[in-house]
Amino acid sequence: MADLNELSEKLALLKQEIEGEIKNLSNSKVAFEYRKGLMDSKTGKIGTLMREMGKIPNELKAEYGKKVNEIKMWAQDRFEELESKLKEAEMAERYNSETIDVTLPAKMRPIGNLHPNTQVRNQIVDIFGSMGFEIYEGNEIETDYYNFSALNIPKDHPARDMQDTFYLSPEFLLRTQTSAGQIHVMEEKKPPIKVISPGKVFRSDDDATHSPMFSQMEGLVVDKGITLCDLQGMLDVFVQKIFGEDTKTRLRPSYFPFTEPSVEVDVSCFQCHGKGCKLCKGTGWIEVLGAGVVNKKVLEGCGIDSNVYSGLAFGIGIDRIAMLKYGINNIKLLFESDLRVLNQIND
Amino acid sequence: MLVPISWLRDYVDIDVTMDELEEKLFSCGFEVEEKYQVGKDIDKVVVGLVKTCEAIPDTHLHLCMVDAGVHGELQICCGADNVCAGKKFPLALVGAQVIKTGKDHVTVEGVMTIGAGKLRGYDSFGMLCSGTELGVTEDMYEGAGYNGLLLLPDDAEVGADVKPILGLDDWIFDVSITANRPDCQSIFGIAREVAACLNKPLKTPDLSYTETDVKKDLKVTVDAKDLCPRYIGHYVYDVNIKESPVWMKRRLALVGLNSISNMVDITNYVLKELGQPMHAFDADYLEGFEINVRRAHDKEKIVTLDEKEFELNENNLVICDCKKPVALAGIMGGLNSEILDTTKEVVFEAAKFAMDNIRKSSRSLGQSSDSSQRFSKGVDEYTTDMAMKRALHLVEELGAGKISGTHVDINTGNSLEPHELVVSVSKVNGVLGITVPNEDIVRILKSLNMDPVINGDTLTLKIPAYREDMESYQDVAEEVIRMYGYEHITPTFIPTAEVTSGGYNLRQKTELKIKNALCAEGAFEGVHYSFFSPADLDMLRLPEDSSLRHAIKLINPINKDLSLMRTTLVPQMITAMAKNQKNGILSGRIYEMGNKFIPKDLPLTEYPDERETICIGVFGDDEDFFTLKGIVDTVAFALDIKFDYEKTHEPFLHPGRSAKVLCNGETVGFLGQILYEIQDEKDMRVNSYVAEIDLRSLTKYYGKERKFTPLPKFPEEKRDLCFVMEKNVTCADIENTILDTCKYVTSISLFDIYEGAQLGNKKSMAFNLVFTPGEEEFTSEFIDSLVKEILDKLNEKFGVTLRA
Repeated sequence: MADLNELSEKLALLKQEIEGEIKNLSNSKVAFEYRKGLMDSKTGKIGTLMREMGKIPNELKAEYGKKVNEIKMWAQDRFEELESKLKEAEMAERYNSETIDVTLPAKMRPIGNLHPNTQVRNQIVDIFGSMGFEIYEGNEIETDYYNFSALNIPKDHPARDMQDTFYLSPEFLLRTQTSAGQIHVMEEKKPPIKVISPGKVFRSDDDATHSPMFSQMEGLVVDKGITLCDLQGMLDVFVQKIFGEDTKTRLRPSYFPFTEPSVEVDVSCFQCHGKGCKLCKGTGWIEVLGAGVVNKKVLEGCGIDSNVYSGLAFGIGIDRIAMLKYGINNIKLLFESDLRVLNQIND
Repeated sequence: MLVPISWLRDYVDIDVTMDELEEKLFSCGFEVEEKYQVGKDIDKVVVGLVKTCEAIPDTHLHLCMVDAGVHGELQICCGADNVCAGKKFPLALVGAQVIKTGKDHVTVEGVMTIGAGKLRGYDSFGMLCSGTELGVTEDMYEGAGYNGLLLLPDDAEVGADVKPILGLDDWIFDVSITANRPDCQSIFGIAREVAACLNKPLKTPDLSYTETDVKKDLKVTVDAKDLCPRYIGHYVYDVNIKESPVWMKRRLALVGLNSISNMVDITNYVLKELGQPMHAFDADYLEGFEINVRRAHDKEKIVTLDEKEFELNENNLVICDCKKPVALAGIMGGLNSEILDTTKEVVFEAAKFAMDNIRKSSRSLGQSSDSSQRFSKGVDEYTTDMAMKRALHLVEELGAGKISGTHVDINTGNSLEPHELVVSVSKVNGVLGITVPNEDIVRILKSLNMDPVINGDTLTLKIPAYREDMESYQDVAEEVIRMYGYEHITPTFIPTAEVTSGGYNLRQKTELKIKNALCAEGAFEGVHYSFFSPADLDMLRLPEDSSLRHAIKLINPINKDLSLMRTTLVPQMITAMAKNQKNGILSGRIYEMGNKFIPKDLPLTEYPDERETICIGVFGDDEDFFTLKGIVDTVAFALDIKFDYEKTHEPFLHPGRSAKVLCNGETVGFLGQILYEIQDEKDMRVNSYVAEIDLRSLTKYYGKERKFTPLPKFPEEKRDLCFVMEKNVTCADIENTILDTCKYVTSISLFDIYEGAQLGNKKSMAFNLVFTPGEEEFTSEFIDSLVKEILDKLNEKFGVTLRA
């Protein structure tokens, strides 16, 4: 090995050999293994050269080292280039082979929905809760007193005809209106009172548009200086949040025994925006709730001084809102737990 | 209520369009549910004068030349037998719309359009019409009932529209009246409102009549004063029963009533016009010439005008002569005193009966009439008095009889004069939240006949006796604003109210959290009725003494299937699952959160316990007891509590696959597979499971304080242990024993169960145990000692050994 020329020749041959071998290296793993083999200090063709450095006479050492190192560097660069090329091709091949039909069905753990009524109720509670309304849920079974008499509907009153009542005993009945809760609240709390009372109510009606059980929500405010203007202002905010910012309200006279004046509240049709369509029966307006200024007889019956305090009350049909909002055409669908219905509404 | 506009015009001038009138009524509180022209189906029918009329040989037809004025002279082929030259008949022009009749020329079959046609080869350019073809009956126009051409008056203008002549241009409004305004349940009542909102004077009905000197001793007594605060009787003689005049028949026809005879028609006319039901008795059949208003005797009988017999009781009010009932008060007269063609003497009745009593009687007897419906809404004594006068006026006008001086008025002394109401103007405005100018307040209340005077803040009103609803400043505020216009209300946002804190309370929040957790488990929330069927209890195979059968009954259910307040939510859940399966949905999860109703006593004397309950139903091939158990555990997870399960037996659940749910030793519910017999009965196609949890007993855990446990300082140790044991040893037996024995074990999870020949009659269960260190790091010797301790204990209690 004394002859450096001989070394140069040997190295040139080695280079050739490696280049020749490279062509046969089909993948990055084989390439890596081949390189590792070359560099092995005991068996590798380059590794051995490096190991033999120690045996080289001192005067030749520098030149020898330089030449051997050159080929080592060359081989490393060459293999890095080669391996990265091979890897790139291999990844491309892998991506290609792993390509899927992205339109195949999703693997999803199905999640259930809250009942449409619960969804609407939560939305309403969010709105009124942020205005400072508490939520009071009364009993479904009520007494005649709380459902009627205390609400200014005495025994012989024609308003009792407006509601066909299910009786459980001469005294107990299924509440026909969530207004029954008003009285409990006013008996239990002193003004200021702001409360909404959602719940199930019952009337002896059973046809395509009526269900013997449905859901209502009563709202009540009792404080100083409450007026009809406040009623409209509050309901404006409510309908805009439920039906959209451009929704308008219209008050028109009506009658409920526990409010005076009493009004029906119509909202501008959110489907046709007042032009007239099937939903609003061509009128541009949809009736959504009843409301009014609390009758002073009702306040006084609960021990609230009507000279100091006044109140407003409103009642909303939760099912009605749900049906309007989601376009559900039959109230019975809400009480049948048909999964084909329930899985449609996730608001 | 049907209101013919022509009738309304008797009492108020209407100079606005029908659309405007509807709008006015709507904005002052009277919704017009429907409005239509009487002749809405008739178009392009004019007065035709038949100039020539020649029979077409060998047919029943006539060939006519008809003068139609501006529409020219038209050749018409006509088959009617009364067609003749020189007379005027309704002529439907080509393109006209008329009523289509059947071959008998009487049966109405819809509407039709007239075209030019040929009859037996003769051109015909229109059609001469009968009354039926124009929708006009004999009651509406004299001669219109003839089965042939309707003869028009000689002075009718040729070529003019026939509608005004036949009253077909009249309009009918169907007005909806709120329960607080019984005074508007009549044509005159609506006229008062129309006069007010159009700002027109109101004309009063003619109430004048002349009494003769004839007096007869009519004895009227009211025993049931509470049910009959007012009773007016008047004796009319020399009665001449005949047909009513066409104008009266027409008006009755327009509001849907058949004309019967002048006397009966008068009572109906007054009912519609003034809103006071009236009755006429044939005085010949009033034994003792006596009227007594009393409660019926038990089992007393009466046959009403429609020949139906009723057995009465003391809740029914009757009008009697000295011996027997002659009318079911306020509902219908008796057949025994009916007005007949031969009637010569009549006693008219105008009374106020308690509306509640009439309504209840009418319902319980299943007998209803225009009168009973009217009484049920409430009549006022002012109108009772007025109605009698109006009826007597009509008797005189129609020449139906002579009006005697015999007038009996039994009353409680209530004044018919206006009563004074004094309110504060600022309070009226305070209700509204706006300041209505005083002159507007005065104008409005004046138009409502309330005679307002404002002096400073004091508003003094004289309320007419028919306005029994006017009691306070709030009522005044409503009158003012409905006439002033709700568009004047300007929205404000409770500027005077105090700030309050709102939103869901703890219970409501927690329940919503549970609902959301169940939704995350793939369950859909359903809502079912609060009542169910006795058959549901049988379906559950509940024994006779089961507490679930102790249910509250509805006195008046819609039907038997909705007649009990539910004591469990299970049957409706089973029905819902069955229904879904019938619809082809063979896998699903449903839950309901609602009340069950547990009475403290029956019949109810105090509020029952309304217990919030969750019911969960799952069905499908991918569901089993343990998937449902997982959902039940989700409820515990949401509340940060732990449920334990013990084998149980419910009559409607698979005896080997049902468990009760416990929380800290208290039973809070159950779960299991539904009995195969029930699944079969309900045609359920896949296995179905149900759970019910009593939320009320869990409310004490709501809002439980959550505390962070610091992470262990040293690594945890895990050991997998496989135990061999007798088959009757449960997973819970093993778990509980391990937890009781070793305080370091923080988690036990079963990962394998094996039963097989190798183990003979035994089984093996393999668990993964996690040991959590305390203040010191575990050594493997220490863990080994813990495992040994556990094994010894398990062996001692259940003979458990470690599997080799």
